Amino acid sequence: MTRISLTVDGEKVSDDIEARMLLVQYLREKVGKTGTVIGCDTSNCGACTVHLNGQSVKSCNVLAVQADGGEVATIEGLATNGELHPVQTAFRECHGLQCGFCTPGMIMQSIDLLANNPHPTEEEVRVGLEGNLCRCTGYHNIVRAVMYAAEHGSSDSVQSEGASA
Amino acid sequence: MIPVQFDYLAPTSVEEALAALVEHGDEAKILAGGQSLLPVLRLRLNAPELVIDLGKIDSLRGVRDEGDAIVIGAMTPHAQVQTDPLVAEHAAVLHEAVQHLADVQIRHRGTLGGALAHADPAGDMGAPALALDAQFVIAGSSGTRTVDAQDFFVDLFETAIGEDEILTEIRIPKHTGWGAHYEKFVRVAHQWPIVAVAATVRLDGDTIAEARIGLTNMGSTPLRARAVEDALAGQPATEDAVRAAAAHATEGTNPPSDLNGDADYRSHLAGVLTRRAVLAAIGR
Repeated sequence: MTRISLTVDGEKVSDDIEARMLLVQYLREKVGKTGTVIGCDTSNCGACTVHLNGQSVKSCNVLAVQADGGEVATIEGLATNGELHPVQTAFRECHGLQCGFCTPGMIMQSIDLLANNPHPTEEEVRVGLEGNLCRCTGYHNIVRAVMYAAEHGSSDSVQSEGASA
Repeated sequence: MIPVQFDYLAPTSVEEALAALVEHGDEAKILAGGQSLLPVLRLRLNAPELVIDLGKIDSLRGVRDEGDAIVIGAMTPHAQVQTDPLVAEHAAVLHEAVQHLADVQIRHRGTLGGALAHADPAGDMGAPALALDAQFVIAGSSGTRTVDAQDFFVDLFETAIGEDEILTEIRIPKHTGWGAHYEKFVRVAHQWPIVAVAATVRLDGDTIAEARIGLTNMGSTPLRARAVEDALAGQPATEDAVRAAAAHATEGTNPPSDLNGDADYRSHLAGVLTRRAVLAAIGR
């Protein structure tokens, strides 16, 4: 067992875990962040995307021990005092989801994208979301949602918090 | 999919990592960014007793200027290579290629050294490293040695790195002012290339002074298309000349056949993509 300490959605957590435990398992099974889902489990689909130290990562492709000392942001930490994050609002406004399973990853990757490129073109959004698959193929509205978020401002507390760490 | 149990070590120096490697031999596996290793572990294609994570060795990250070369630490993430101004200026074909590697999330975690040491012939970093005559700095317990790119890639997933050695730096002679392009052919987004071509070209007026061409997934290792390079040298920078030279792209290759395409199809692609890559590199 290995002791890890990290911050998840602003709260400090510490656990003894097996080194083989994946970050996504740790988040779901130890910290209870089931908002982060496991989609393909082969690092293709991006549904498990979270931010680690301010950058989007596929949490099924990171060992929890690699996140030791780091800051993790999940979909569950986005809303503040019941107010949705602007990118969450945009996905709702534009109906950027059908079954919703890819949505946590799509939103986390969209926030990362907008942090690096606040005013992307539609093409840049499509390329930036390349690592996230929607099995309902609802890409048009997902892209529309990211463009909407860019237009209506996406203050990204999550990103700036991680980046300053 | 969960890996089998393993012990985990996160040393803070190369010396410490080497000592662990010497002690555990082939029971140990080096973890760089993990974007190739973790899928391998999860599929249980490999079951090391010890995983040595280089993630806490800060000296292995970053890009620096060393006069006639730039030196990239092996643990530098792809995303950093992608945005580094030294890479863009002096190793443009690497800058071009890394943007097409996997996807954003993978580029945040994956590292240049990890990708090169993994030596997947379909990986995107080998061809530009070959085209740029990169040198690989490899540390062992008895000291450091440097291996030229053409000697680094040995076979499928096999490099010149010994069992008790670690790749620490990639040294790239400056190719300042060389035109560059990476032409990648994929069936679906964020996949490994079926074939890709890294081209970097130095023009002298309207003449191609010299060209370097690397091929991805045209054999068990990344390959240099030397016949194309020879055919391009001294030629006018015209579409006809490039088309004629690109016809040599398959010389010395041994492309695989798989579900994405058979060897003949790959050979066809190599010629087409080489022509496109060189034309783009010379701005035609």
